[in-house]
Amino acid sequence: MTVITSDIAAPPPAGKLLIMWRCLKRDKLALFAAIFLLALAIATIAGPPLIGDLAAKLGLRQRNLAPFSFQHGWVYFLGADTLGRPIIARLVVGAQNTLGIAFVAVLCSMLTGGILGLIAGYSERWYSQVIQRLADIVMSFPSLLLALIVLYTLGPSITNLVIVLACTRMPIYLRTTRAEVLELRERMFVSAAKSMGAGSFRIVLRHIAPLVLPTLLTIAALDFATVILAESSLSFLGLGIQPPDFTWGAMVANGRGYLANAWWISFWPGLVILLTTLSLNLLSSWARTFADPQQRWRLQSLRKTPR
Amino acid sequence: MLSYIGKRASHSVISVIGLLALVFFLTRLTGDPSSLFLPLDSTLEARQAFAKLHGFDQPIHWQFLDYLRDLINLDFGQSVRQNRSAMEIALEAFPQTLKLAFVAMALAFTLALVAGSIAATRPGGLFDRTVSLVSLTGASAPDFWIAIVGILVFAVSFDLLPTSGTGGISYWIMPIFVLALRPFGLLVQVVRGTMLGALSAPYIKTARAKGLHRKEIVFGHALRNSLLPVITVAGDLTAGLVNGAVIVESVFGWPGIGKLMIDAIIQRDFAVVQSTILVTATAIFILNICIDLLYAVLDPRIRY
Amino acid sequence: MSRFTSPLLTVENLTVEFLSDDAPVRAVNAVSFEVSRGETLVILGESGSGKSVSTSTVMDLIDQPPGDIVSGRITFDGVAIGNLRGEPRRLINGRKIAMIFQDPLAYLNPVYTVGRQIIEIFECHGVASGKAAREQAISLLRRVGIPNPETRIDQYPHQFSGGQRQRVMIAMAIALKPDLLIADEPTTALDVSVQAQILDLLRDLQNETGMALILITHDLEVAASMADRVIVMNRGEIVEAGAAKDVFTAPSHAYTKKLISALPHGDAAENSNKRSTTSSEETVLKVEGLTKEYFFSSGMFGKRQSFLAVNDVNFEVKKGETLGIVGESGSGKSSVARMLLRLAEPTSGKAIFAGEDIFSMNQARLLAFRRKVQMVFQDPYGSMNPRMSVHTIISEPWAIHGDILPKAKWKDRVVELLELVGLKPEHADRYPHQFSGGQRQRIAIARALASEPELIVCDEAVSALDVSIQAQVIDLLADLRTRLGLSYIFITHDLPIVRHFADRIIVMKQGEIVEDGTTSAIFGNPSHPYTRSLLEATPVPKWVAAGA
Repeated sequence: MTVITSDIAAPPPAGKLLIMWRCLKRDKLALFAAIFLLALAIATIAGPPLIGDLAAKLGLRQRNLAPFSFQHGWVYFLGADTLGRPIIARLVVGAQNTLGIAFVAVLCSMLTGGILGLIAGYSERWYSQVIQRLADIVMSFPSLLLALIVLYTLGPSITNLVIVLACTRMPIYLRTTRAEVLELRERMFVSAAKSMGAGSFRIVLRHIAPLVLPTLLTIAALDFATVILAESSLSFLGLGIQPPDFTWGAMVANGRGYLANAWWISFWPGLVILLTTLSLNLLSSWARTFADPQQRWRLQSLRKTPR
Repeated sequence: MLSYIGKRASHSVISVIGLLALVFFLTRLTGDPSSLFLPLDSTLEARQAFAKLHGFDQPIHWQFLDYLRDLINLDFGQSVRQNRSAMEIALEAFPQTLKLAFVAMALAFTLALVAGSIAATRPGGLFDRTVSLVSLTGASAPDFWIAIVGILVFAVSFDLLPTSGTGGISYWIMPIFVLALRPFGLLVQVVRGTMLGALSAPYIKTARAKGLHRKEIVFGHALRNSLLPVITVAGDLTAGLVNGAVIVESVFGWPGIGKLMIDAIIQRDFAVVQSTILVTATAIFILNICIDLLYAVLDPRIRY
Repeated sequence: MSRFTSPLLTVENLTVEFLSDDAPVRAVNAVSFEVSRGETLVILGESGSGKSVSTSTVMDLIDQPPGDIVSGRITFDGVAIGNLRGEPRRLINGRKIAMIFQDPLAYLNPVYTVGRQIIEIFECHGVASGKAAREQAISLLRRVGIPNPETRIDQYPHQFSGGQRQRVMIAMAIALKPDLLIADEPTTALDVSVQAQILDLLRDLQNETGMALILITHDLEVAASMADRVIVMNRGEIVEAGAAKDVFTAPSHAYTKKLISALPHGDAAENSNKRSTTSSEETVLKVEGLTKEYFFSSGMFGKRQSFLAVNDVNFEVKKGETLGIVGESGSGKSSVARMLLRLAEPTSGKAIFAGEDIFSMNQARLLAFRRKVQMVFQDPYGSMNPRMSVHTIISEPWAIHGDILPKAKWKDRVVELLELVGLKPEHADRYPHQFSGGQRQRIAIARALASEPELIVCDEAVSALDVSIQAQVIDLLADLRTRLGLSYIFITHDLPIVRHFADRIIVMKQGEIVEDGTTSAIFGNPSHPYTRSLLEATPVPKWVAAGA
């Protein structure tokens, strides 16, 4: 058959960052989310050296100090806890632990899940079956319950917490990577590389892994929120981080007994958790729309031709 | 079909045994098991007697085989605290969680289906934006915190609802709301997303070219095709409800399997922990098989 | 015939845009056309020419936004229908105007039986319901040539073959005897023989009902075989319109000329061929008894069944020669190629290359073999890693086989190869998506040449290209063969295309070779009925067929 197809070269991708910024501006909620996360990142990095010491400073006069007053200085604006420690300072220090644990856990689960997924997807040996079965077992059981059991037997500590969180989230990366690899390995450029004599190692590393990475990063962004929630829940139940270290989840737990007379001890850390995870979810929801060529126009300023 | 169910069931049994083995070996390999099994204040003599009684002096693989043999004989061990069969305790608590989970999931699923579909028909509209924000908040909210704030507002400040326990309808409202919030939020996202995809699918163009009614196009063609991914996520979320149940039950004092688990962990009542794991895992595997069967009903392309 | 009746559908000055950031993208610009009862209008154009958008607007299938109808007036049977929505639109769509699409598997709802999807047309337009509707649906299926319609009506779209699905689509479209049928690339995904049947069906239905037909296609032969009138679209505009015979035999616009004159056909191809001039007796590759059997389990009881994808295939390739392997989808031709490159393992058989059986080589020998035999794939979009620059793509063989070229010389050699295939040195730093299809296929050829092979297997290497580009790529391949003494195995589903180029041809059907011989013999005197049917399946222009 004689066939006509388009023979016009695609235009070069010009100013991708600029386009992203314009689309972000169109979605006010996503913009706020981005600003909040940026502010949070700055506070987490720059905050502890500045006001970190205050988080552990006991103050008898400020015990259960109510919020919204500048009387004792701005760090007491959101109130103080039962030992008179300023909530703002504790939020900043807690942020470092909360986000740090979540970041390391996500990184570990992405790396191990990604590598195991590459193996399980590309190799047809027995071990790829074993990897999948193990992932299935972990996946088919509620993650919090699994984490509780493991922390119960191993004992709660920051290292164990990270390991447990990473293990429970790992199958998601494994499954996604494996599914992508199964698709990619049938692509023609992989056949082309094979026909040139490329070995498995080269194909996986040079041809497949670079194409899986963007997907993994997208999942990781969304997973960050899930891991923050999981860590908070564990710390809330007392099986996560142990004193004197604390995260936002542990702060909520600490204030639980004082609900009736000092609600702010539990309220603020919970609100910060909510705002952080909500911002992450809003941003990734925006990113999904942006990445979908069929939906992206929704984020653009549509100027009609005058008639 | 039957052979498929058989295959799935045998896979599930392997998974449950794998899980039990994991827990079993973890407890044995991480130090003196009697410190896990017995209350923290037990005497040295009690510990030694306990070790001898349970054969901790034997090689570890023999211990595991013994354990499996006990399981087959339906001997799940005794609760150290309550001095009765651990399985009995777990099976008492299980229906309480099931009731809670069923109502919460039914609520979340129905509301999400309606809200998500309507939002997807007019993407970018006021309803869509409101639903998106509410559902994202639901999916992002730490459930333990929502529960605490709920108690603070409705029980402590206004005294409208009880803080915890069981009883009439008023005792159900907060646990169900908190439990349903996260599945609702996530499901709305999924329904909206798949509906958006389905509404721009080629077969919708065909339906429009055929001149079908709009209602038939949205609910007959698009929603029917969206159901499959929605059911997948709903199934995972139902299994995940156990996560929420642990939190909700321990905050609201609901005598379900989640609270039992936390209490048993804190009291180091090991047989009870094992039994709750076994009950939950079995329930989840039955759920997964049901969902697979539902797939086959919903999608004619799937044949087992 | 159109001279005597007023037009059924008139589209005047239609301009459609798709909104995005900055300036809207104009998909259709000031397009006007009309079609009368009993007439076939063909809209011819490449993808992105706006041909589908203009007809989708007629049926209100464009979502607004992002679509935006800037101007235009659409009149159907004397009534303006451009702005119809809701109930008035339902009186047109499906009832007066119907549409069939390119990919019936995607355009049929996968979770409903075909019966339900036909019956709902009767029901929602209040024509028939229940048993009566079912009876009508069965007779429709019978009319479009579905065997056993009584039982097949309860099956799902995925249980039908590609051609049958398009028949089901057609049954749905003609259910309410529309005045106008719009067929958007109805045969693109189908084999030539099936394509001919579907086109025949459309023609018969048109003669029966006297409906108007708008056929959208990118395929010149299909266009010529169906059209009374043709409009040629390029980049959203009509560049040429007129009676089919005039447009095809005496095109006036440069674009149309380029399309039509691209590849020599028929006797022209026989006389101006690019076949090998140096014939050698030295055998490069000898294939003996090549067989590939697939096993699969089916049904509830998992009974093992087998399927012979390739069955006892024997052939030889001589040095400097081009062997064409021709067959439709499922003929096993691509399996042969994949096995020769050891991308798939044969069930049995031998392939002797340079005195050694390819299938019994160890890893080291295989690596050496892969320098000598290269492959050019069908899809120039998919055969290159989108994340690699052209330099990395072309130099990959040297990275794999360390002994071909020292790294210091890679850059110069890439430039040489790019120039050899007609590209520029500065192209080395670019990425595949920045090139057109023809340019990409040139890059693929440069990559294949990098390891200095003796044999190149081209699997549908020009099938995805524009006609004019096809000719250029084939000329390039022929030229390289002469200059470098290469041999080719050229695999294609398109019999006419190899006439120009191949020295010998093998015709494959259902895994077996049904005919082989020199190109002149196959075209001049085909002996096997299947070869004849392939040659006949190439559509004949309507004005020629009408005259005969």
